Amino acid sequence: MERESIEYDVVVVGGGPSGLASACKLKQLNPELSVCLLEKGSEIGSHIISGAVFEPQTLFDLFPEEAKNCPTLKTSVVKDDLYWFTNNNKSIKVPTWLMPKSLHNKGNYIISLGELCQWIAERAINLGVDIFPGFPAQSYLTDLNGRVCGISTGDMGIDKEGNQKGTFTPGMDILAKQTIFAEGARGHLGKKLIKEFSLDEGKTPQHFAIGFKEIWEVDNNKHSPGDVVHTMGWPLNGGTSGGGFLYHFENNRIAVGLIVDLNYSNTHHSPFQEFQQYKQHPSIKQFLDSGKRVSYGARAITKGGINSLVKMEFDGGMIIGCDAGTLNPSKIKGSHCALQSGILAAEYINKLLLEEICDFDDLFKNSALYKELYKSRNFSGAMHKFGFYAGAAYNFIESNIFRNKLPITIKDEKRDCDSLKTTKASKIKTYPAPDNLLSFDITSSLFLSGTNHEEDQPVHLKLTDPNIPLDYNNKIFNEPAQRYCPAGVYEIIEKDGADYFQINAQNCLHCKTCDIKDPSQNINWTPPEGGGGPNYIGM
Amino acid sequence: MKIIIPIKRVLDPYTQARINKQTQLVDLTNAKMAMNPFCEIAVEEALTLKESGSANETIVVSIGTDKTVDTLRTALAMGVDRAIFIKTETDLDLQPLHVAKILANIINREQADLIIMGKQAVDNDNNQTGQILSGLLDYSLGTFISKFDLSSDAKSVEVCREIDSGIETRKLNLPSIVTVDLRLNEPRYASLPNIMKARSKPLETIEIESLGIDITPRIKVISVEESGTKDRASKQISSAEEFFSELNQLGVL
Repeated sequence: MERESIEYDVVVVGGGPSGLASACKLKQLNPELSVCLLEKGSEIGSHIISGAVFEPQTLFDLFPEEAKNCPTLKTSVVKDDLYWFTNNNKSIKVPTWLMPKSLHNKGNYIISLGELCQWIAERAINLGVDIFPGFPAQSYLTDLNGRVCGISTGDMGIDKEGNQKGTFTPGMDILAKQTIFAEGARGHLGKKLIKEFSLDEGKTPQHFAIGFKEIWEVDNNKHSPGDVVHTMGWPLNGGTSGGGFLYHFENNRIAVGLIVDLNYSNTHHSPFQEFQQYKQHPSIKQFLDSGKRVSYGARAITKGGINSLVKMEFDGGMIIGCDAGTLNPSKIKGSHCALQSGILAAEYINKLLLEEICDFDDLFKNSALYKELYKSRNFSGAMHKFGFYAGAAYNFIESNIFRNKLPITIKDEKRDCDSLKTTKASKIKTYPAPDNLLSFDITSSLFLSGTNHEEDQPVHLKLTDPNIPLDYNNKIFNEPAQRYCPAGVYEIIEKDGADYFQINAQNCLHCKTCDIKDPSQNINWTPPEGGGGPNYIGM
Repeated sequence: MKIIIPIKRVLDPYTQARINKQTQLVDLTNAKMAMNPFCEIAVEEALTLKESGSANETIVVSIGTDKTVDTLRTALAMGVDRAIFIKTETDLDLQPLHVAKILANIINREQADLIIMGKQAVDNDNNQTGQILSGLLDYSLGTFISKFDLSSDAKSVEVCREIDSGIETRKLNLPSIVTVDLRLNEPRYASLPNIMKARSKPLETIEIESLGIDITPRIKVISVEESGTKDRASKQISSAEEFFSELNQLGVL
């Protein structure tokens, strides 16, 4: 069977908010364009996970009429509290006047980003975009001049050893005049493009966090739709930054989550366990007690802000959304930024295809997105450099007193993978066993993510050097992959009387944390057979 | 020979079913749906017959709301020639007798010689439609088949049935209905080029009312409960003795 190929004007890689927005905007600007969008998840939304408190303005800009009836915008934020958890059972409510301006959520909605993406995808299909879920872009194609000219989808029906099975189906080349990469945080093609086209030249290394989220169904009397709670402090201590959230949304559901910055230094630290403990805090527990957990998921978040935002355009295409790093770290919101970056990319590419002269830098610098990101340029840097408390204080003073007009830029030049201390230098951490009421183990959590991969296929988590996990990582850091992976993919087990590094690839939630945090940068996340991965519903 | 493959869109068996507290039914809001796995096997078998030259046309039929078209398109992308979509405005409680009557109507109209269908749908697990359909049409019937051989004169088929005591081989004279089991074949993928081509394959829409079939429910669901997953954590067991003692402890022996 031979590979077939097809041509489009524009191909978009990834069906999240940025990719969908770019595809819709392109068709709105020029209905004649042929636009195709690929999504590795089995459906649009099945790999989407986000808090999410959503700023709706960009959605109204993109769909002025239809967005008025968007069923995802149901629960508007009515109450907005920030707590500082001083220890495992005490908390201090931060008065509203002391809250950073960026955390005020008046006019925003509590949504499921997955459902919003499904809604935008329906608009995209109506506009004439060809959407293909279940087909990951395996690689990008370049012409003889090194210009990106499309992508290639993966072969299907290959067994563990790499042989063709009876069901073997070759992938397909999709050629395009312009290719938009919108894979989300740490996209595997984005990573290659950034390197090949030096898109991060002169930028601060990108910073990431891992975000966990669960949806709980709770009793009526514990539920007040529209309430938003953000927390800082416990269980994350001075050495680890991040924060928690708890949102009440429709149908007696509560979204609870914890964001843990991946520049943490203690190798014994387990973000998953921290999240499970987080729910034991009385301020969180009061809502979840006697409730039922219905979903679980985790995903890396790009949070370096504008100092780390890569150059978005290159010969033959663009990289947008969290793939490029457009999230606003001071608001911890990326959805509206992703939509905006998609719209900007569409406006630029439409001009390119019409052979009009256009400079993306001009377009970007004059955009609302740039202004917003520039304002919060010091947020992550200050948090990382000054530590959590001083960083938070700095951010408060800068945003609430100086209104982000200080002529200072603070940068953190250290990569997240370089921040780990050795086993000996790290303080031993032990976590209580799950009580199966509020805290759970990874296996039962993973079950609620709907994660499924065809079992007989090559391992999609590729090691550059297969000896590093045991010979180096384990000796120096007690192989941290065993703890940072939210899906229990990496295990060191005993096999024939010796240690063996096992990769349970079928558990993978596609969060990309391993690709980011591995101290040896030895793990390469690649897409498994199409349709594999989590099947998030309403996340 | 003309083959009809009735297929069903069901809750994706790899996702977790949830009960809607209000309706007391399985909640399908935003749930991930897929083609019933047994239907995929039926489609694969029909396509194999078409490719071997034994069949000249393959037709898929499904009943449901507009979303059902996705499932029909999947079958077309796998290689089926055309689709018949029996459209309902809302999610109806269609029971095996209703489905069989609707299918009988379509089969009579199309004059199909062979009906290949799943032995059951994994959502309701009724395992009735094929059997009722055979009664309504007076077609020969082979259920739970794991092997299918068409005779050289294309007038009969030899099927192997998976039954409690082993494998039973039967000869069926056409026209015939076979309901397929898991081991019959491994369904192919719908490739991207074929998904693109499937968009222009013929799909006929028929409003369910126009068939004039009484679809008033005859069976009432009294309650639906989630199975207890908590107390059924899996455990790896290394020997028969250990297994025996575990069962003893559970008091199930």
